Amino acid sequence: MKRASFWSWLWIALGVLYFLLPLIATLNFSLRARRGVLSFDAYRSVFSDSQFYQSFGFSTEMAVLTIIFSVLLLLPTAYWIHLRMRWLRPVVELVTLLPFVIPGIVLVFGLIKTYSGAPFALTGSRFGTNLLLVGGYIVLSFPYMYRSIDTGLRAVDVQTLTEAAQSLGAGWTTILFRVIFPNVRVALLSGAFLTFAIVIGELTLAQYLLGGTQAFGPYLALVGRNKAYEPSALAIISFALIWAAIGIIQLVGRGSPEQRQLGGMR
Amino acid sequence: MAENVTIKEQASPTSAQAARRGISWGWIGVVPFFVFAVAFMIVPAASLLVGSVQNAQGQFTLDNIAAIVQQPDIVAAYRLSIGISLVTAVGGALFGFLLAYAAILGGLPRFVRTGLVTFSGVAANFAGVPLAFAFVATLGRTGLVTAVLNSIGVNPYRHGFSLYTFAGLSLTYMYFQFPLMVLVIAPALDGLKREWREAAQILGASSWHYWRYVALPILLPSLLGATILLFGNAFGAYATAYALTGGSLNLVTIVIGAQMRGDVLNNPNLGYALALGMIVIMAFSILMYSWLQRRTERWLK
Repeated sequence: MKRASFWSWLWIALGVLYFLLPLIATLNFSLRARRGVLSFDAYRSVFSDSQFYQSFGFSTEMAVLTIIFSVLLLLPTAYWIHLRMRWLRPVVELVTLLPFVIPGIVLVFGLIKTYSGAPFALTGSRFGTNLLLVGGYIVLSFPYMYRSIDTGLRAVDVQTLTEAAQSLGAGWTTILFRVIFPNVRVALLSGAFLTFAIVIGELTLAQYLLGGTQAFGPYLALVGRNKAYEPSALAIISFALIWAAIGIIQLVGRGSPEQRQLGGMR
Repeated sequence: MAENVTIKEQASPTSAQAARRGISWGWIGVVPFFVFAVAFMIVPAASLLVGSVQNAQGQFTLDNIAAIVQQPDIVAAYRLSIGISLVTAVGGALFGFLLAYAAILGGLPRFVRTGLVTFSGVAANFAGVPLAFAFVATLGRTGLVTAVLNSIGVNPYRHGFSLYTFAGLSLTYMYFQFPLMVLVIAPALDGLKREWREAAQILGASSWHYWRYVALPILLPSLLGATILLFGNAFGAYATAYALTGGSLNLVTIVIGAQMRGDVLNNPNLGYALALGMIVIMAFSILMYSWLQRRTERWLK
């Protein structure tokens, strides 16, 4: 046991080193914008850039829209499958896993090819490209969202809740949004925050659908090409954001075995 | 006649009602989902498939598919992408497994495991542009680790290392690869029951015997499955490589990106074929994964 413990500690130490070294190096680098002393100049410079707020705001907006529509799309579907159409479950599961098969760059390539020409011509207008962007993000969110909703529905007795609500005279929208939704809210949060973490710094779709630096990911890439210390500061800020999102997931999902599902494809 | 039907329905009221409502209502309930999936995922992917077997005039041809295995720069791109995915998948799987094993079965205090899983959840999602920045600050020419190594007399850049090459990109990918392995393999390690080891010991098995004949055969599907998942994870990655190398390293994803920006291949249909090739490889790996997953689940109950 003693020897096993030694090797275990050694591997853990190596892992911690791999985790922490890049973070320490990045933090260190981000504080060196002023010669000779440690300073927050790089952060000050980041936070004084109006484009930072614009792109971050835009990506936040896209993330929120993605989460809302993803839930609107998947919650009724998952509910129906639990209640009435169990035979359809494998099909829906397969479809929600497909985004793993289609890499982001391929998805955006296909979206542009399909919707740039007649009869849709969505790539010509701002509304059109934003629509495609949110649509693409909803596809990317499928694996996480569906899984968290499915987990939530498994934990409640959908059948009984529905029948109870029906016998009290509730319609379908009332059942879905005032009975089922509150019951799976906590499970939904993990999917929502993971989606947020994916969408906020996403580069591929934003770069090719929007062009320019309207979204946060392309903005990050631009800063990376032109500045020295600011990228490190932005990396630290991004890491803190992801940490917050995952932290909240772990906090609300505490004790549920299904929280291991998190952390799929990036 | 009508009475007959009513009687029948009363005989099994719930199932008959459910069946009837299931047909009329159920379809409507799931239609938006399938319409959306078709419009934003199936049709775009299928359009690439169609485009890849057409020439510029829209006639049917297999030239683009043939070019994938014949044109040297495209073969090189696939080779590089597959190479980097293989190296980081196997490396990440090994390191991630050792870490997870140490934390879960290595006799360490409980907080190590909790910490490892939390950290892995964050690191597995810390990818793309910010990850590239972090590694530039670590192993770039002026990075911290480079500086430390330089001060003790081994400048990695004088020994053929560069962050912007195969080796550097692999090290960077490892940052999200092995945490993913930890997350994926942890349930399988939890599934190794203590009783199996005890039973083996009672029957006189050594530690080697236990691993060779009990633990490894049980874990093997999960290990292989997780490695395949890691392979796909690296194979589809674009943002990290783009931000790190600026497109100088010709991965398949980077070539497709260049194709979308301007016509580097002088033939958009060849670009569709490239994308199709990616889907085929990814689909194959996910199929393997789910097959192995099903084999694994037998032991995880």
